[in-house]
Amino acid sequence: MTWLHRHRWLTPYLLLAPGLLWLGAFFIAPLGVLAYQSLQSGTFDFGYTFSWEFYNYWDAITRYKGHLARSFLYAGLATVLALVISYPLAYWIAFRGGRWKNLLLLAIIAPFFVTYLIRTLAWQNILADEGTVVGVLRDLHILEPDGRLLATSTAVVAGITYNFLPFMALPLYVALEQIDPRLIEAAQDLYASRVKAFLRVTLPLSLPGVFAGTLLTFIPAAGDFINAQLLGTPKQHMIGNVIQSKYLELIDYPAAAALSFILMAAILIGVIAYSRALGTERLTG
Amino acid sequence: MLSIPGFAAACGGGDGDAGGTTTAGPKELADTLRFSNWPLYIDVDEKTKKRPTLEQFKQKNGVTVRYFEDINDNATYFGKIQRPLSQGQSIDRDIVVLTDNSRFPGLMISREWTEKLDKGAIPNIKNLQDTLRKPSFDPDREFSLPWQSGMTGIATNLNVVKQPVTSVDQLLEDPKLKGKVTLLTEMADSVSLVMLANGDDPTKVDDTAFQKALDRIQRAVNSGQIRQFTGNDYTGPLSRGDLAAAVSWSGDVVQLTADNPKLVWNLADSGGDIWTDNMLIPKGGDAFTASTFMNFVYDPKIAAQIAAYVNYVSPVRGAKAEMQKIDPSLADNPLIFPDDETLSKVVIFDSEALSNQDYLEKWQTLIGA
Repeated sequence: MTWLHRHRWLTPYLLLAPGLLWLGAFFIAPLGVLAYQSLQSGTFDFGYTFSWEFYNYWDAITRYKGHLARSFLYAGLATVLALVISYPLAYWIAFRGGRWKNLLLLAIIAPFFVTYLIRTLAWQNILADEGTVVGVLRDLHILEPDGRLLATSTAVVAGITYNFLPFMALPLYVALEQIDPRLIEAAQDLYASRVKAFLRVTLPLSLPGVFAGTLLTFIPAAGDFINAQLLGTPKQHMIGNVIQSKYLELIDYPAAAALSFILMAAILIGVIAYSRALGTERLTG
Repeated sequence: MLSIPGFAAACGGGDGDAGGTTTAGPKELADTLRFSNWPLYIDVDEKTKKRPTLEQFKQKNGVTVRYFEDINDNATYFGKIQRPLSQGQSIDRDIVVLTDNSRFPGLMISREWTEKLDKGAIPNIKNLQDTLRKPSFDPDREFSLPWQSGMTGIATNLNVVKQPVTSVDQLLEDPKLKGKVTLLTEMADSVSLVMLANGDDPTKVDDTAFQKALDRIQRAVNSGQIRQFTGNDYTGPLSRGDLAAAVSWSGDVVQLTADNPKLVWNLADSGGDIWTDNMLIPKGGDAFTASTFMNFVYDPKIAAQIAAYVNYVSPVRGAKAEMQKIDPSLADNPLIFPDDETLSKVVIFDSEALSNQDYLEKWQTLIGA
């Protein structure tokens, strides 16, 4: 008791300790190993040796800049789509859901009871060449008579959007649900139109949710490879496909590690720029 | 731990040819055998959902088999086990199954990550097909025994095209099939198919012939003829009719045609490759128990029972005669018991090319990564 009293300054560190230990063991340490590997040279057959091989990074960027650009394009499109779809959904549930709120939220998460792979394979059925969706689009002349959706960029972006939608919808819901409806009423009392009240009150107050949702969607989507593998062609493959192939098929650990770091760095820079632009430090702080 | 001493003599008929390769000391069967295999690759009783072969093995030898269907892909599985093995740790398996159209069985052996077979416990090794006795990665079969073999050919959905696709020219260049064709992600399977069509020899790959095959596949990718490169996942799109033709493995399609008679499978006119899945004992596994199990599945009766369910090519001589008793129609199926004509059209892909890093990188780039 007295010892603790005397060392009261320790309390926050003790409280943080489990989290820090976890982070250290399962994030920082593997990251260090990854960094170490990314600077190795050699081959699997003759062994890899550490040699400050910064060329791995240059090689990875020059060879796979197309894959990187495509990953960010697809992830960006999917994030925007998920936002556009999720916002009205979350808004409606938060303000109009009433006693159905929990059930509706459950409905959003329900697909997650099925594994990721199976959900993606299900899209092969939904978008099948002779399926309903393609049939309707052909009848509407949106698709050519022999056009298809599977094995196109559209299918890949659609698959990513679907698979990460809950990561967007749930933070949005949490942010919208916390908004005090009296603030909106007050805005309308002060002669704001409904649109204006939304733009000046609801939207700004929901920005932390938008921020969290876009990050939770964009970051995993940028590294995804399942959707491109199952719904795309080689022309749609993303950086995740390359990393997977380098790591498992070619057993080229340095190249895989360098690519992973490049992806991580690119995302980090993007996130910082994004949070600056949105001014979220103020919003979340 | 429960052990059953003296069981060595009781099992497997005891041909008496206990070889000099076995290690000294008392031989005791472990009470469990941990066996990693590919999905749908052993017989299952549809009613009880039990696996008759494993049940019978338990009855005979008192060893419970813990059976894991956790190998979906050679590279992924190897990636999973290579780290503990390289650090000298056990992977808690006594048998794993890897395919010889990848470099991984060879890697496991050359890195000394496998235990030697206890041939004294495998008298039934005499039933191994002659053609499979001397693979280049394990010339004396000291470390590996075939589980099943399969051939690579072309499956066609006759709802989409009238005639079965049997020529690589049509597969890669017929505009009627544009966007409705898949090849396999496995380099050996796809490349040997195209090399044979080019008149080249996949058993001895040289740079020119390899590049020629790659260029031809690349043209078909660029033109949109080839829709995707797949593993087993071509089965759904092919059955639905999204695909007209898919380069695919023999046994898979035998299983599929049972449900969908519009699917047919043929070797390409110019031929294809034959590959073999090999049982290996990873370092730390129980060689004696694993070998006893291998001996059990090399009994022609058991081999026929497995082949009748999985529909792949059995490596066990005498399985065909036993199959006559189970299901004569299967015994006459050339995809399960290939006749001489079929065998004359299949080749084993050059094992050196399998570990040629330059080839592998070019291939991975071609298939999109």
